[in-house]
Amino acid sequence: MTDAPLATDAADTDIDDIEAGPAALPLDAWHRAKGGRMVEFAGYLMPIQYEGIMAEHLWVRDHAGLFDVSHMGQLLFTGEGVAEGLEALLPADVKGLGEGRQRYSLLLADNGGILDDLMLTRLPAESLFDAPGGIYMVVNGATKWDDIAHLREYLPDEITMSHLDEQALLALQGPEAVTALARLAPGVAALTFMTAGAFTIAGIDCWVSRSGYTGEDGFEISVPAEDVTALADALCAQPEVKPIGLGARDSLRLEAGLPLYGHDLDEETTPVAADLGFALSKRRREEGGFPGHARIMQEREQGPALKRVALIVDGRQPVREGATVLDGAGQEAGRVTSGGHSPSLGKPIAMAYVPAASAVPGTSITLEQRGKSFTGIVTAMPLVPHRYHRKGA
Amino acid sequence: MTQTYFSKDHEWISVDGTTATVGITDYAQAQLGDIVFAEVPTAGTKVEKGKEAAVVESVKAASDVYAPVSGEVIAGNAALADDPSLVNTAPESDGWFFTLTLSDPSELDGLMDDAGYKAFVEGL
Repeated sequence: MTDAPLATDAADTDIDDIEAGPAALPLDAWHRAKGGRMVEFAGYLMPIQYEGIMAEHLWVRDHAGLFDVSHMGQLLFTGEGVAEGLEALLPADVKGLGEGRQRYSLLLADNGGILDDLMLTRLPAESLFDAPGGIYMVVNGATKWDDIAHLREYLPDEITMSHLDEQALLALQGPEAVTALARLAPGVAALTFMTAGAFTIAGIDCWVSRSGYTGEDGFEISVPAEDVTALADALCAQPEVKPIGLGARDSLRLEAGLPLYGHDLDEETTPVAADLGFALSKRRREEGGFPGHARIMQEREQGPALKRVALIVDGRQPVREGATVLDGAGQEAGRVTSGGHSPSLGKPIAMAYVPAASAVPGTSITLEQRGKSFTGIVTAMPLVPHRYHRKGA
Repeated sequence: MTQTYFSKDHEWISVDGTTATVGITDYAQAQLGDIVFAEVPTAGTKVEKGKEAAVVESVKAASDVYAPVSGEVIAGNAALADDPSLVNTAPESDGWFFTLTLSDPSELDGLMDDAGYKAFVEGL
């Protein structure tokens, strides 16, 4: 990373707003009217829960939940050489990304450390953004200003990056999401996992992808901020849908084995240690040309020192982020990066970095938290099976 | 005859002579949300007013439960091991944390009564 100040064209006013205190998202009043308990997260006030994390979590696993993820950054890249420009900064096969196709990728530092994880979509002729062939990107809320600065610094001038800060983002997740959404937007059922398209939902023009971060089938919907309240009302009028807070979003993604940036991923972590090898496309692995390629390939061949695993923890007490992983001699050998109670499994689960030799399902791991020892069993990820609607399924 | 007092840390203590029962208030359990684990002290543990005496964990976070007065624990509530959600469903009865023998009953003077606690919570 550079230590250059944020470019003046990167929406300084918004940064001032954040420094002045948490900002309200477009749905703020709607959340409060629905009984949402608001907390600060990533510089915004967001609902942590409505009726309760446990009930909301289980509702999403059985029905459909509506999440407000408008804090996340929506970026649009257009111009000559957009795929080449992005390929210089991340390891995805952007050139080979078909129209309406979505990929998970990583913004990488020069040493191969992860600056952010993100979603990329190649826009077709018809989209909400009127940018045929352009790339639509969703990045994490807590990192979006750093991402914007990094991208402005390193992308060629020919590529235009727009921060779509007039767009809100909703996620509708759960096995009944398709039933609820198709009632309002006939045609969305034709989307398969990691594809996207333009749809009119209850009369509102939206950009819809069949993706999400709960392990369930579902959709992410980009909508003009001025229409997001009407859209949220239309979705929650469906019997399958309830509003769901950040608390359940975190427990759902943990069960699904999905890492959270700033917790399970950071600048010290490489894609290999993070067990995100799938985000390194074959062509890019072979050709290189992305930050940290040499180190990442070396780690791939030799194996990383530490590796991200899922754990089921014995007993009932949750082991949380910051707990240590101990080796046979009682020395610190790794760390827990996320942990809590799994509402679906009824027991404590965690994500941890453990020595690579221990990263085998069935291995018993000793953990320490506040002077107390716990046993975790390495378990294949995801802990709760994904139910994505894949092509051909 | 029992009398119940409340602390600013949202514990209640129901006192009968020199013995008492301690738990967290209905307001506290509502703030914490779904309780998934409670660690209660064992008989014989000495607790000190204002210091950690038990741990309660919600889906999201771990919180300390402080002793509202000093004393020696008579018993922890074993029922919480099997059903920690008693803290949610019956915070001021079956969801109690521990009983103790008071070492200095005058410490009760610094606690609130029911009306005082209600006013305190309304001001939060």
